[in-house]
Amino acid sequence: MGNMNEADLAKGPIGQSIRRREDQRFLTGAGNYTDDVTLHGQTYAAFLRSPYAHARIKSIDLEAAKQAPGVIQIFTGADLAEAKVGGLPCGWLIHSKDGTPMKEPVHPVLAQGKVRHVGDQIALVVAETLLQARDAAEMIVVDYEELPAVIDLKTVSSIGTSVHDDVADNVCYDWGHGDKAAVDAAFAKAAHVTKLSFVNNRLIPNAMEPRAANASYTRHDESYTLYVTSQNPHVERLLMCAFVLGLPESKVRVIAPDVGGGFGSKIFLYPEETALVWASKRVGRPIKWTSDRSEAFLTDAHGRDHVTTAEMAMDATGMFLALRVNTIANMGAYLSTFASSIPTILYATLLAGQYKTPAIYAEVKAVFTNTAPVDAYRGAGRPEATYVVERIVEQCARDMKMDPVAIRRQNFITEFPYATPVGLTYDIGDYGAHLDKAIQMADVAGYPARKAASEAKGKKRGLGYSCYIEACGLAPSNIAGALGARAGLFEAGEVRVHPTGTVTVFTGSHSHGQGHETTFAQVVAARLGIPIDNVEIVHGDTGRVPFGMGTYGSRSLSVGGTAIVKAVDKIIAKSKKIAAHLLEAADTDIEFANGEFTVAGTDKKIAWGNVALTAYVPHNYPLETLEPGLNENAFYDPTNFTYPSGSYICEVEVDPDTGKVHIEKFVAVDDFGNIVNPMIVEGQIHGGVAQGLGQAMMEACAYDVKSGQLITGSYMDYAMPRAMDLPNIEVSSTCTPCTHNPLGVKGCGEAGAIGSPPAYINALTDALGVVDLAMPATPERVWRAANGMSA
Amino acid sequence: MDHPLSLTVNGKAVTKTVDSRMLLVQFLREQMQLTGTHVGCDTAQCGACTVHMNGRAIKACSMLALQVQGSEITTIEGLATGDELHPMQAAFRECHGLQCGFCTPGMVMSAVQLLADKPNADEDEIREALDGNICRCTGYQNIVKSIQFCQSGAKPVSA
Repeated sequence: MGNMNEADLAKGPIGQSIRRREDQRFLTGAGNYTDDVTLHGQTYAAFLRSPYAHARIKSIDLEAAKQAPGVIQIFTGADLAEAKVGGLPCGWLIHSKDGTPMKEPVHPVLAQGKVRHVGDQIALVVAETLLQARDAAEMIVVDYEELPAVIDLKTVSSIGTSVHDDVADNVCYDWGHGDKAAVDAAFAKAAHVTKLSFVNNRLIPNAMEPRAANASYTRHDESYTLYVTSQNPHVERLLMCAFVLGLPESKVRVIAPDVGGGFGSKIFLYPEETALVWASKRVGRPIKWTSDRSEAFLTDAHGRDHVTTAEMAMDATGMFLALRVNTIANMGAYLSTFASSIPTILYATLLAGQYKTPAIYAEVKAVFTNTAPVDAYRGAGRPEATYVVERIVEQCARDMKMDPVAIRRQNFITEFPYATPVGLTYDIGDYGAHLDKAIQMADVAGYPARKAASEAKGKKRGLGYSCYIEACGLAPSNIAGALGARAGLFEAGEVRVHPTGTVTVFTGSHSHGQGHETTFAQVVAARLGIPIDNVEIVHGDTGRVPFGMGTYGSRSLSVGGTAIVKAVDKIIAKSKKIAAHLLEAADTDIEFANGEFTVAGTDKKIAWGNVALTAYVPHNYPLETLEPGLNENAFYDPTNFTYPSGSYICEVEVDPDTGKVHIEKFVAVDDFGNIVNPMIVEGQIHGGVAQGLGQAMMEACAYDVKSGQLITGSYMDYAMPRAMDLPNIEVSSTCTPCTHNPLGVKGCGEAGAIGSPPAYINALTDALGVVDLAMPATPERVWRAANGMSA
Repeated sequence: MDHPLSLTVNGKAVTKTVDSRMLLVQFLREQMQLTGTHVGCDTAQCGACTVHMNGRAIKACSMLALQVQGSEITTIEGLATGDELHPMQAAFRECHGLQCGFCTPGMVMSAVQLLADKPNADEDEIREALDGNICRCTGYQNIVKSIQFCQSGAKPVSA
């Protein structure tokens, strides 16, 4: 228990900022990431990728490449077609307003006759060394017939070219959600309507570890092993085996070892690892592939990319009557694993925000373009929804000449549970509490004086609010299923007590920076009353952990943690029976606390370790009624989403001469319910806000509208936030414990990225006195706006 | 073309044969099995591959292995003394200066150089000096705090 002093110990490990146990290996270079794995006889893969955004492949000539030094084998789409390898599946079925299912064109593992974005993979070259594989890939001769590229969302249906031959108008679905008639009626009687149009800029996730895979086939038991950069190894295995390769899952082991960040981009089943697994049997040796950063820019699933118009109807006092939203969402060239659900189920259902707007209607048209696939990126639909709600609410206040805090407060939901008009039921919250705290921390009272001081020196100052809500803990499987999910969304946990009383916990959640090995150990140690060092957390290996759904949507503690708690409670129940036998008492008289079993009302007791030992050395044991051993597992399917919420306040000072913006204050007050490790939670907020401010200030993925070339294809072109770009964030919390999981937790991983963009843009538009400023608000855009030019 | 390469890595003399195209980072990872040094980009921007060459922080992705002939290289694996973390490593742990851990080795190696150059660097100078290292997880706030903690000479509460 090296991390805790005695006073901390007395309080137990919950709520303590215990330093992370995973840090020792990361700080000493002992981490084990996928690219660190080297297997005996390993070969290397390189993918030949399309230089064109859109082209037909007339022919592929492999002859020269096959003769190149070190080349073992080369595979193309023709080989996969011959072997009847399927396309990559999409995990969520959306139906258009007219009832027709979304268009699901084939997402080939290697191109079949056509390439649809720059970087689309055409051939897999396997060679003795990486350089040999790359050299040979360059020797493949492809004859292309270049086609016009579909890039611009405004012309996607009128351009007269189809990304997929079987989707003529490039529309994947045209979806509607909410009560259109009620919204139309409310608009008809509105005293005022505020309307805003904006772009939610396309982002590239950029986990620092590039995607990688190492696949091998073992002849002796005809099984495959895949090391891969994944946030959810079981989902990866299920999709690959059942939908693409037709392999029994029992013969495929997927290991996601240390993973260097995900942010959503490592949820998905990608073509590269699928091709590697398939090819590993044919090559008969392990095949390793590691994306370089240029490939990552071209082929990792991107995020966001919405064009939206929103209208809010209000009465004369600024009460919200109805919200109408119309969005075009870019799917990219193919439907990535969960792409279809992001701008629908995870977006439109959040459009109530923290407000009791009685009627809401959203239409979302998803379209195919000749760009990389777009899918979940930190927040996944909820940042886009929050941007819509919090930008238009701020503008409503300006239009009604009301204080932005007052208009929010008068529209806040204050009674729970609350059923929104877009399908969610919020279990609990106190939105006024975190707004009050944020206002105090940001010293809003002192703002007028600070603004005057800025103006006196020729600067402009602005203040912006964002009061976000999100739905986490994905999800009740039956609700998700009714909404089109093709997967369950439970989580699994197994608790294995060893004869000495130490514990190994196997979780279906996956940690790729979140510190589960520490947080989950705190939860288990607290519940069992044993030292945290006696609890080991194992994750990320389908060969070791029970079938789990993995980590995304801020679900790990609320869903994965609950599964572990349920398994621990089964352990405790069984342990009590063993203790009762040893103490010659009735089961119902046994109490368990602080790692000791006692007989109520007596001084008879027995320690945890003795009970554990007895379970495995059952000499004095009720064998006729109780199995030996202490090993339990549990699956947990939540009954509702969790609803973290918070209030963020951003204060900026703008230099109108240069367009440079200085963030003077950024305050984040969140309600995550109970918090197990405050240090880790704060770190999640820092990182989330950094990504949200990155989106608002500087990050943009840009494709050339005509050629479809990715213009922002490296760290010299895509503006990643660096240390100088970001402020210190003041973080605090309020707490309304979640009502429907035993830990009372809600999830904290995405909040920062959800809440921060509108806070920043609200502050900036306030400073500049403009209605809107496009993200990213680069110095050029700010300077233009500050000087009365169109941004 | 293969060439002989002799150098010192983490205090040990090493002689190997390397391809003339091999980068220092590949040499360390593949021939020395020192996989703590990472590759996060291909344009010398992210700094995940930062190591020390003759006591100076360099990006191992931007040097050919043959360019370090006769040099002393220190990687993240060579920073601690036995089981005792270098004060900068201990500070990162104490201040939660890392999450996924991928940028961390390079970040720590740069931070050690930073304080060697400017022991009294203020926050702006620290942030400026981290320009060559990208982190996607932490927002840099706790990285800066870690470096300041190391600067203060305080002892971590955690063991």
